[in-house]
Amino acid sequence: MSDSEALIRIEHLYKIFGSRPQTKLSLVKQGISKQELLEEHHHVLGLSDINLEIPKGSLQVVMGLSGSGKSTLIRHINRLIEPTAGEIWVGSGDVLKMEKVQLREFRRHRTAMVFQRFALLPHRTVLENVSYGLNIQGIAKDEAYKRAERWIERVGLAGYEQHFPAKLSGGMQQRVGLARALATDADILLMDEAFSALDPLIRTDMQNILLDLQEELHRTIVFITHDLDEALKLGDQIAILRDGGMVQQGTAQQIVMKPADDYIMDFVRDINRARVLRIRGVMAREGLPENADGAIPEHISLEDALPRLASAGHEAVPVQNKQGQVVGSITVEAVIQAMIRPDHDNRN
Amino acid sequence: MDFFEEMPSLGRRDLMNLRKGIDAGFRSFSRSYGEDLENFFDPLLQFLIFFEKLLIAAPWPIILLIIASLTWLGSRSWKIAAGSVICFILIGYLGMWEDTMSTVAMISVATLICISIGIPIGVLMSRSDRLQSIITPVLDVMQTIPSFVYLIPVVMLLGIGKVPGLLAVCIYALPPIVRLTNLGIRLVDKQVLEAADAFGSSYWQRLKDVQIPLALPNIFAGVNQTIMMALAMVVIASMIGVKGLGIPVLQAIANQYLALGLFNGLAIVALAIIFDRVTQAFGKRLQRHQVGGPNV
Repeated sequence: MSDSEALIRIEHLYKIFGSRPQTKLSLVKQGISKQELLEEHHHVLGLSDINLEIPKGSLQVVMGLSGSGKSTLIRHINRLIEPTAGEIWVGSGDVLKMEKVQLREFRRHRTAMVFQRFALLPHRTVLENVSYGLNIQGIAKDEAYKRAERWIERVGLAGYEQHFPAKLSGGMQQRVGLARALATDADILLMDEAFSALDPLIRTDMQNILLDLQEELHRTIVFITHDLDEALKLGDQIAILRDGGMVQQGTAQQIVMKPADDYIMDFVRDINRARVLRIRGVMAREGLPENADGAIPEHISLEDALPRLASAGHEAVPVQNKQGQVVGSITVEAVIQAMIRPDHDNRN
Repeated sequence: MDFFEEMPSLGRRDLMNLRKGIDAGFRSFSRSYGEDLENFFDPLLQFLIFFEKLLIAAPWPIILLIIASLTWLGSRSWKIAAGSVICFILIGYLGMWEDTMSTVAMISVATLICISIGIPIGVLMSRSDRLQSIITPVLDVMQTIPSFVYLIPVVMLLGIGKVPGLLAVCIYALPPIVRLTNLGIRLVDKQVLEAADAFGSSYWQRLKDVQIPLALPNIFAGVNQTIMMALAMVVIASMIGVKGLGIPVLQAIANQYLALGLFNGLAIVALAIIFDRVTQAFGKRLQRHQVGGPNV
């Protein structure tokens, strides 16, 4: 499978909670509202016509407020929840066609999960917790401990191997959760509001740990969050859910620059645009400057680019990519323009 | 108007026939299957006799040593271990050694049977709400029906002796372990269970790595209750021929021997306290991973 090909493919996924979900499926397909379904038919709409393709090695954020169906969605990928209708493919495997044993093997080797409330085994030490997934795979204890130890060190918990989870702070417990998930060598990492229960400072810390690890590991990560800042910081791609339906998909740039509707507009209104937007997203791609003198990299944020642009005055500054090629140019005016908060009226 | 003044009931003759019918039915059942049942329970009887003889025949210092080490291993407390040894020395000094050994043998075997039957039933019960709704009333009956009532069919089937006594004890002592196993497993954190599933646990792995260990404090409370209930049945079981501390108590009741009754009664109390403290201390140690407990 090539890198660009989707590793996880979700097609027309529906989930209705209730006693007879199949009978309500056609109503949902006709576009009945969540409210109406609940009040008239006593069924809860979990997900409605979700389509999502997640490329191999990318970090896909799924964002939404509570009740938007994001936790339901992530549980479909390893089939902790059975869909009402739709298809889920991982690589060339149809997840919904898997038999019990196949599904178990799939969960053991392909997916690993990190939970909002950590879900560690309280009666086991850090070392035993991290080796839990390996344990279930049937790997011998010594080997499992050896591998677990490496991951414990990697998440910065060396020295805590023999502690019980209850003794650790929330941030440390989630490091255990992360190490446990990474240790299985599963290529898909499912993170369900993994950092939402942590203090802001520790959360930032964990986000950086995750980005560092991802730089090196290139796992395919599905990350659930209700926090837009977190979504923008982590996500290669961001999908926004509302009331079980997909509202917008795209990169952080696309979502900030072109919010699909008022709902998302409200979300992005108050974020720090200078920090989220990258030069790449606002530069002019035509009329490339000849030389690359004083060029700035395309992946830095507007905030980081401003000092260098300010010293250039009104002149266009060349922008180069990681390979050093000039790919565009940018002026300080264009940056300031991009930082203006959009109103409902002048939205594009 | 008669209808409201007197409760409608079966006639005297019908009632008698009904009772006779049930009795006859059971009698013929016990006649045809009594022997098979006795054979079925024979290995149990042999084991019980062997265990009792072993305890009685073993030199008393060795028994004291075993008691000291078991209580220490269970509780990790020198106080409890020393207290237990002193109690047993007193029991021996007051001439109740053999009876106490018989009772200990009986209680141990009964508890083992209850654990090996009760925990699997509790596990099954925790898996299905339907099974729970079927078994719960059965357990209620087992705990509340006067013991003498189920002694009747047990004695009709198996006669008088150790096995029917053991059965009676088990019927009374089984419910708590079943209930608390079921409860303990149902109380296991749903999120941890979800994690077990997400990592691909099989049913058995989930049970042994997550459910049983996390339910263990509750299961152990059940074991403790089961032992206490078994001890409570010692006197009643002695009425159908189980040797042990119950027999002298019965004699004391019949003949108004105050001291005899008191000594043996207190010996039962001492056993109960020792079993209780040791199992409780052990149960607490199972939760050492919670905040505040000592590490490792």
